[in-house]
Amino acid sequence: MREILNVCALLLIGLLQAESARAATDFITLASTTSTQASGFFDYFLPLVKAWLGVEVRVVAVGTGQALKLGERGDADVLLVHDRIGELAFMQAGFGVDRREVMYNDFVLVGPRTDPAGVRGGRDAAVAFSAIGAHKTCFASRADDSGTHRAELRLWHDAGVDVHAASGTWYRETGAGMGATLNVAAGLDCYLLADRATWLSFHNRQHLILLVEGDSRLFNQYSLIRVNPARHPYVKQALALKFVDFMTSPIGQRLIGDFRITEVRVFVPNYVRGGPST
Amino acid sequence: MTIDPKGQPALPLVFQAVSLQIGSTKRLNDLDFKLVAGPLTVLLGPNGAGKTLLLKLCHGILAPSNGRIFWQSPGTLAPNRQAMVFQRPVMLRRSVVANIAYPLILRGMSRAHRATRVAAVLTQTGLGALARRAARTLSAGEQQRLAIARAWSIEPEILFLDEPTANLDPTATHAIEDLISEIARGGTKVLLATNDLGQAKRLAGEILFLHRGRLLEQTSAQAFFDGPADPAARAFLRGELPW
Amino acid sequence: MLADWAVNEFSEAIDTAWALIRSGDPVLVEIVARSLQVSLSAVFCAGLVGLPLGACLALQPFPGRQILLVVLNAAMGLPPVVVGLLLYLLLSRAGPFGFLGLLFSPTAMVLAQTLIVLPIVAALSRQILANLWEEYRESLQSLGASGWQALGTLLWEGRFRLLTVLMAGFGRAMAEVGAVLIVGGNIAHVTRVMTTTIALETSKGNLALALALGLILIVLALVVNGAVFLMQESGKQSVDDN
Repeated sequence: MREILNVCALLLIGLLQAESARAATDFITLASTTSTQASGFFDYFLPLVKAWLGVEVRVVAVGTGQALKLGERGDADVLLVHDRIGELAFMQAGFGVDRREVMYNDFVLVGPRTDPAGVRGGRDAAVAFSAIGAHKTCFASRADDSGTHRAELRLWHDAGVDVHAASGTWYRETGAGMGATLNVAAGLDCYLLADRATWLSFHNRQHLILLVEGDSRLFNQYSLIRVNPARHPYVKQALALKFVDFMTSPIGQRLIGDFRITEVRVFVPNYVRGGPST
Repeated sequence: MTIDPKGQPALPLVFQAVSLQIGSTKRLNDLDFKLVAGPLTVLLGPNGAGKTLLLKLCHGILAPSNGRIFWQSPGTLAPNRQAMVFQRPVMLRRSVVANIAYPLILRGMSRAHRATRVAAVLTQTGLGALARRAARTLSAGEQQRLAIARAWSIEPEILFLDEPTANLDPTATHAIEDLISEIARGGTKVLLATNDLGQAKRLAGEILFLHRGRLLEQTSAQAFFDGPADPAARAFLRGELPW
Repeated sequence: MLADWAVNEFSEAIDTAWALIRSGDPVLVEIVARSLQVSLSAVFCAGLVGLPLGACLALQPFPGRQILLVVLNAAMGLPPVVVGLLLYLLLSRAGPFGFLGLLFSPTAMVLAQTLIVLPIVAALSRQILANLWEEYRESLQSLGASGWQALGTLLWEGRFRLLTVLMAGFGRAMAEVGAVLIVGGNIAHVTRVMTTTIALETSKGNLALALALGLILIVLALVVNGAVFLMQESGKQSVDDN
């Protein structure tokens, strides 16, 4: 008994020491989307940041809606999100500073190989969505207020389909991240809207294939936003700036473009100095 | 006899008009007696007479509802001058040695002192061979012996024993009785509760006869067995009272 | 066909698990070590508070004791995510303890697991100590034990059963995912533990890797509980017969 207590005490002390040692190193907290994490982008990019800047970036991967919430409460230093409308509202409310559009990829409509709604090969996402709505065939929605979810809802709106009424029938709301929702779609042979990065890196596809891509409405812009230090004194302003400067620098942009999943480029860097921001 | 630091014996123990009520029933009624140093006293009486309650009052873990219980030497710290062995003693989950040492540790006795005392108790109680055994793996007789050894380790002036052989076979009973006699001969006052007439005859120097919560006799063992004054005691001797 | 798929998935998972373990995969080792560290720390803290609390509840009548007991028993079934959410609101920079900067740190995870395990430790140890107290009270009083001495004796006499309680707490802490995900954030190399990794790998569709980690978790649970069982058995033989 006494020995066990000793071991536990040692562990606790060790943990606290490890913690304080870590706290001593420079790090920032980045609230980001599940898509950027699940695709493996951060596993590739963050070690480069560490090597280049000596800054450790700790990623908390949640939906865009929750990432914005974390920023609002001051629980993150930088956000990497993809919902233009939500981002602008966030800036408007004064929660963020220095919004920079940094890279994009696109959404793809994925569904079962059998394609019961017959949408395969289409170029118009809204048409495909209305076909799915008309067939009342299973569609898996993240329903987690993420950037992807918000984009999906806009497409339903364009297609003139009322998914709220269909919730629980053919419209399945998972309330989960991209990967978890892909697992549901794979299990139930549902259609779903996915970001290309997660789709490319997803291993449990089963019968799912890519059906619709290339519509301009499927464009998926990612932005960096620094949390407003005027509102949250704990924000690590200097380090955060260092990080966003690096990601938008020519080197950072090239590194983003170099990330590949099975030979396919996942994110396209598109930062324009003095370009669209607030 | 153990003498308290002030050089005064704790005994006699005096009961003055002591009653004990549990719930709405009076379990002990108007007890008046004096327990003095000397030969072993047997508290005799049939089942349900209140023997255990009386011992617990003496021991101090029960308080009387009425009346007064006091030791002659004022300021005596009861726990240090007397000890009790319950009918079903609880063995601590540790070795025999550790069980004997336990009350000594509670009293803050130094390690060296303790070792000497424990060794002496082990020899005197014949538990030497079992010293390292786990207490709970002992037989009933051995456990009873250990319980007595543990109570005796603090060198009490008076030892209260509650039916120490109630659940033992004749051989074990005999061994325990021998141990008790030896302790009594060594100068420790023993008050032993039993309903076993044979045991009372074998051990008693004095008899307290308790019946239905009343103390009916306090007399020498010889006088009691020759012919008690009280009719209930006579009935008990004839085996006409339930044991 | 589904059966075939499942069998393949399982054999693949076991192969993956075995390969990961055999190669001593550094990421795996790190995650397992962090899980153990966080959960053991949590159990240590929960024991430090929960055992005395359980003892107090068992031995010491005080006003509000019954209410506290009911609350503790109810809290045993408290969903960890709720604990996680409450702790998040407290530790968030916008919350009352935001100044500590503990959110998304292993310390926050230890706190969360401590809160989850504490009711279990307190309630179960209370039960054990109350039973022991019933058995021992008279004897300990008779032998001259003061309140604190009696408490120490009871804790020692109940050590094997209390250890089982701590292990039950450890099992719950190790298996918990909801709360540590919320307050830890599943940050790679900082707050990523076995369960959050399993959730992440599952969401990536890496079912084999997720299952491999799951298998390791199961084996760990077996090893820990097996060790406790053996300890208890040997303990019984040496000092106990029941």
